[in-house]
Amino acid sequence: MKQNTMRLAWRGVLLATAGLLAAAPAFAQTSVARSLAATCANCHGTDGHAKDGMKTLAGKPADEIIKLVSEFRTGQRPATIMHQISKGYTEDQIKMVAEYFAQQPAK
Amino acid sequence: MSQTISSRRGFLKAAALAGALAAVGGCASLGGSKAKVVVIGGGYGGATLARYLTLWGGGKIDVSLVERNPSFISCPMSNLVIAGYRKIEDITVSYDGLKARGVRVIQGEVTGIDATARKVKLADGSELPYDRLVVSPGIEFMWNDVGGMATAAAQEAIPHAWKAGTQTLLLQKQLMAMKDGGVFAISIPRAPYRCPPGPYERACLVADYLKKNKPKSKVLILDANEDVVSKKGLFTKAWQGTYGGMIEYRNNNELKEVDVASRTAILEFDKVKADVLNVVPPQRAADIARTAGLINVNNRWCDIDWLTMESKAVPNVHVLGDATFPAPTMPKSGHMANQQAKLAAAALIDLFDGKAPNANPMLMNTCYSYVSEKQGIHVSSVHHYDAAKKTMLPVTGSGGVSVAASVIEGDFAAAWARNIWADSLS
Ligand code: HEC
Repeated sequence: MKQNTMRLAWRGVLLATAGLLAAAPAFAQTSVARSLAATCANCHGTDGHAKDGMKTLAGKPADEIIKLVSEFRTGQRPATIMHQISKGYTEDQIKMVAEYFAQQPAK
Repeated sequence: MSQTISSRRGFLKAAALAGALAAVGGCASLGGSKAKVVVIGGGYGGATLARYLTLWGGGKIDVSLVERNPSFISCPMSNLVIAGYRKIEDITVSYDGLKARGVRVIQGEVTGIDATARKVKLADGSELPYDRLVVSPGIEFMWNDVGGMATAAAQEAIPHAWKAGTQTLLLQKQLMAMKDGGVFAISIPRAPYRCPPGPYERACLVADYLKKNKPKSKVLILDANEDVVSKKGLFTKAWQGTYGGMIEYRNNNELKEVDVASRTAILEFDKVKADVLNVVPPQRAADIARTAGLINVNNRWCDIDWLTMESKAVPNVHVLGDATFPAPTMPKSGHMANQQAKLAAAALIDLFDGKAPNANPMLMNTCYSYVSEKQGIHVSSVHHYDAAKKTMLPVTGSGGVSVAASVIEGDFAAAWARNIWADSLS
């Protein structure tokens, strides 16, 4: 019971804080971008920090990522798989993902 | 009912408290009031969920993960072990990475879930309270559907090797001991089953080993399905090209029974005696899902809400991976379980924060397969949430398969494994 109350209290605090932050929609935007970028992580690594054999996207300028992905999409750039994956996302989604990766510190 | 009232009161009080704290300025101290998440199953789904809650949860979530095995052994890449091209250690990952992140990893067996009191019971008598429970239990084999296979002795003599570990090594040993000129038969259940291309990949890799070492031998695929379930063109090309007449494919060949002593597969109209018989049996969500009342489709799978992965049968319980009732064209794969886990992690955080979860989640899948020791192929798909149909649907025009098998894609497959293992467990 005590624990339950605490949990609810915690939730309440967050709700209230979220209310204070409502003026900053960038936060929600970031978490959506983060989730979208996480769909690339199985190959390009968590937050774009790739292990051996796949390209790291962390710290890569957003324009560059956007350009590469759109070239995959049009078939201009040869690919084994990226031409198929890139067609699954809208341009806006790719822009969000690219900006997210660009912001990740390169290791 | 009384809970709703007290929750509401608690909520109002908390809101007032938050207001007071906010008035004082700065962040409220949340010490001691972490949300508790218990995860059952440390495979691709459960491990990834635990990891991402620590990455994204801002230190506000207490994560416990219960897993019966001491370490993670990957099903993807395990067919390479069977053919002798990888060691079991190469596909084994420890849980130390998760432990170092603060996940409480408990090696144990879950015996029950009390969804009302929100507690998980373990075999050693201990209990784990939760605010939200994530069940990523994998599959159980439906041995009753295959006569003669119910005993542990039968399952050792006729390995499935469809859960990686001891079974992988059992099948490897039988293959290595098989005489030149022998028959390796693999039986495939009706879809849906774990890893759609897996059995066909296995046939290729076994043939690759046999071609090099025991060239008079044969691989026989006994498929319960009408046709090759995944990457048909690419697999057929390998069977006819690379392996000549070594691999024989028979569709509509559902296994009814096994005569274990003579390693004979008994089909509807036929009997096949093999030197190594590998039975991949029909599957359903694992037992703990049944015990917990999570299975609500065909007595086999767990239907979930695709915005949160929350069970449609039991509130506050989320289900991941192979145990779920799949959305259209969605495969049961480790890659997909990892993706679902990240969707669920984001949703849990939003729910704990009292926010609506992302209304437009995306999932993507790739299954790489080897058609020989070095050459790989893939199938990929991207899925988006369809609000009208309330399910995930493949994005029109996206995804597809390889143009042809290649060494480049064999290397990408290995790189994929390294990256997904790190993304799930490091
Ligand atoms: C299944 C594995 C896989 C996934 C998932 C994946 N990629 Fe790729 N990516 C590759 C491979 C392989 C290449 C090399 C090109 C090729 O063969 O397709 C690549 C190349 C790239 C490149 C070019 C990098 C360079 O420096 O040349 C970019 C940019 C990229 N991917 C972005 C993404 C984004 C964004 C996502 C998620 C929306 C994503 N990828 C998801 C496998 C993947």
